[in-house]
Amino acid sequence: MTEILETEAEANTRRRAQVRNSLSRRNRAEQRFKLLGLGSVLAAMAFVAVLFGNILTNGLPAFWQYNVDAEVYFDPEVINVPDVPVHQAGQSEADFQAEMLGWQRRLAMVNWNRILVASVEGALAEAGADTEIDARSAQSIIDSGARFVLRDMVLADPAIIGERREMQLLLSADGDNWAKGKLSRDLPDDRQQLSRPARDAIDRLEEAGIVHRAFAWHIFTNVDSRSSPASAGLAGAFVGSFYMMLVVILLAVPIGVSSAIYLEEFAPKNPFTDLIEVNINNLAAVPSIVFGLLGAAVFINIFHLPLSAPVVGGLVLTLMTLPTVIIATRSALRAVPPSLRQAALGIGASKTQMVFHHVLPVTYPGILTASILGVAQALGETAPLLLIGMNAFVANVPATPMDQSAALPVQIYLWQGNENRNFFEERTFAAIIVLLALMIVLNALAIWLRGRLERKA
Amino acid sequence: MTSVLIAALALILMGVAYQQGVSRSRALSGASRLHSRPQYHGAFLALWATVPLLLVLLIWVVTSGMIQDWYIARQLPADILPGTTDYASAASRLRNIASGFGVAGEVAAWETEAGEGLARFMTILRLSIVALGALVGIACLLVMRARLSPRLRARNHVETVIKTVLIFCSVVAILTTIGIVLSLVTETIRFFTYVSPVDFFFGTVWNPGYSTTSNEASGSYGMLPLLVGTIMISAIAMLVALPVGLMSAIWLTQYASPRLRNVIKPVIEVLAGIPTIVYGFFALVTVGPALAGFGEMIGLDINATSALTAGIVMGIMIIPFISSLSDDIIRQVPRAMRDGSLGLGATKSETIRMVIVPAALPGIVGAILLAVSRAIGETMIVVLAAGNAPILRFDPTEPVSTFTVTIVTALTGDADFASPQSLVAFALGLTLFVITLMLNIGALAIVRKYREQYE
Repeated sequence: MTEILETEAEANTRRRAQVRNSLSRRNRAEQRFKLLGLGSVLAAMAFVAVLFGNILTNGLPAFWQYNVDAEVYFDPEVINVPDVPVHQAGQSEADFQAEMLGWQRRLAMVNWNRILVASVEGALAEAGADTEIDARSAQSIIDSGARFVLRDMVLADPAIIGERREMQLLLSADGDNWAKGKLSRDLPDDRQQLSRPARDAIDRLEEAGIVHRAFAWHIFTNVDSRSSPASAGLAGAFVGSFYMMLVVILLAVPIGVSSAIYLEEFAPKNPFTDLIEVNINNLAAVPSIVFGLLGAAVFINIFHLPLSAPVVGGLVLTLMTLPTVIIATRSALRAVPPSLRQAALGIGASKTQMVFHHVLPVTYPGILTASILGVAQALGETAPLLLIGMNAFVANVPATPMDQSAALPVQIYLWQGNENRNFFEERTFAAIIVLLALMIVLNALAIWLRGRLERKA
Repeated sequence: MTSVLIAALALILMGVAYQQGVSRSRALSGASRLHSRPQYHGAFLALWATVPLLLVLLIWVVTSGMIQDWYIARQLPADILPGTTDYASAASRLRNIASGFGVAGEVAAWETEAGEGLARFMTILRLSIVALGALVGIACLLVMRARLSPRLRARNHVETVIKTVLIFCSVVAILTTIGIVLSLVTETIRFFTYVSPVDFFFGTVWNPGYSTTSNEASGSYGMLPLLVGTIMISAIAMLVALPVGLMSAIWLTQYASPRLRNVIKPVIEVLAGIPTIVYGFFALVTVGPALAGFGEMIGLDINATSALTAGIVMGIMIIPFISSLSDDIIRQVPRAMRDGSLGLGATKSETIRMVIVPAALPGIVGAILLAVSRAIGETMIVVLAAGNAPILRFDPTEPVSTFTVTIVTALTGDADFASPQSLVAFALGLTLFVITLMLNIGALAIVRKYREQYE
């Protein structure tokens, strides 16, 4: 009898121990699971942090470039061009243009490098450097785009010939790399991009404070350039992207909203409507590059629209954004309470009046947010643009949407492929910062507008 | 300049017509009750006045070039034959004289005369077309104005027009799909006249030859190396994204406090908004060299541009996609199931693993399919970071190539559009389109079925 009681007590303790063990095991498993989840979230957040940290640390230095403060003498002996042609009475516009072009050609043939070399020598003398510098080395310090700056100054005001001007001349890509310390100082002369006198000159001028860093506004105002990488900028890409977004806003938003209204409010339930629905859902998931193929085959090859024109890019991006706008607008329309519709119909409004006067105004915040997000998505899209020829090098700001143009994401693609990796890696990160900043502004705008409009409604 | 004038004319006509309609119907409303409100009569007239004007202008836009060419052809001397470069330059000289810009060099007397004649002819024609449009518009306006009556169903007419415009807009989506399918299929058929489909779908060598003399297909176009590369990168991406994304979704829905979730969720979703070119450059410049360095440390030979680099970065890109989709799906699991499991004494993680995830499994599978289709169609990351080496091998540390990379290289090169080297892009695009379409249809079907289960 006692034996049985004992075994029962034993069994109880054993069971209790078992439960305790399994409980602690289960609790440990619980802890592990929870930690795993937390770890995943932290990993995802770490990816965001690493990505942004990497982009910012690499790209921000590119916004400050080195300049030389130098006095530029517009030497009339070097700039030996005749007087500017004037439009004579009775001269045809074409003849005048031809004469003007001839004059400009003379101006372009001027040996601007001699003026630049003289400026560098002057700056060196000002710094009190005793080093002699040969013309080639002096020329290699200054960004070759400076030639065109000087030419344009004369073009704008020919009276400047013979005068002296204080100017900030941009250092060349190699010079900038050297001044920023991105080039190793231990390499032998034959492996350096700059000659020894050029490197010494930069160091001297920097000690004297004549070479210094300044914010590189030209990243925003200049166009892309291959011959003078240090002054390459995003102006053409900005305008190209702007035109494309204009096309997207003007086409995707009205068409998308109209089609959402039809499908949600008017469309009868029939196989045709079902087909449109399935179709839109599938279009939303079609890879963007397929839209690029459509653009290449239809817009370029059949309609013969110009290659690398923002209008074609805009059309392709419109087709790509359309499903996003339609789906978002439909869900905004669906969220409108049926009571609103019934009230409108009940007091005698027609269906069209009900939709346009009562339902649609309530959905404005949703439609607006969806449109801005769609535009932001289109702004960053690259692949389809490559297929319609937008990867061409364009050194112009497009005057109209039909002109050849670059676009922001494509500019990033072009810059990352530049052979001068040492300089352009930083520059590419800078372009990425600009693109991301624009997208963040658009997204913030969407969030802000939604908050504001929803509070009102 | 003229376009501004025409736009102004159209707007004025529209405004006058609207005004006429409103005032006329107000006058009518004294006699008896109107069927439609005066605004609808106004809109009715405005439509009737502007649409004919725009139609006339549209016809002019389409035909004006042809009319100009016809006039120039009559002015040029007979010894300049059409189709020659002389003809084209003579014609463009005439156009320049006509536009007032002038041409460089000597201008023959007949050229001046013909150029001025052309300018006169086009100006008169343009003015008369605008006048014709305006007349047609005004005539329609007057006729329809006379037909305004209290019983006219102006609102119904206007609403029909609105509805037609709406229908037209929703057809754009269908037209897009038709355009995609037609262009892909026709170009693919053209490609298959050079290369047999069997060689394309089952060939194991990708080596398109570039011949400068002819459009003959030289070289081999077997897509299997690309398929393997695509699958390998997508698989690596899913290996990264699935555990991180799914566990994040579980933690955010089941463990995190609502306040924490509202902070963390948008941060993770930032990853979804970043353009893929940015990921690509990040992979190329940062992740690739880091991986190569890591491989060197542990004695593995990893290429800086490889399937691994592209796959890992693509995985990071897809994390928010998986996490927000699974988030939605997990939330749809009825609360009663969760409470029942917890009430029986299961721990939270046991509830998640044995009740919630199995219940949400179909939905999660759907989400995975959608993510895979995203990964397969992704372009810029692979273009920059996968190395573009279309060789059939299964080593993720080596450079590979994918469908999308090959499409980009085929169409951004110098090859003629009608050559097989370019056309192959469309064959690859069609394959890609079909694969992603099947994945999407499958995923949507699964997700829909899953939703119905709990509604």
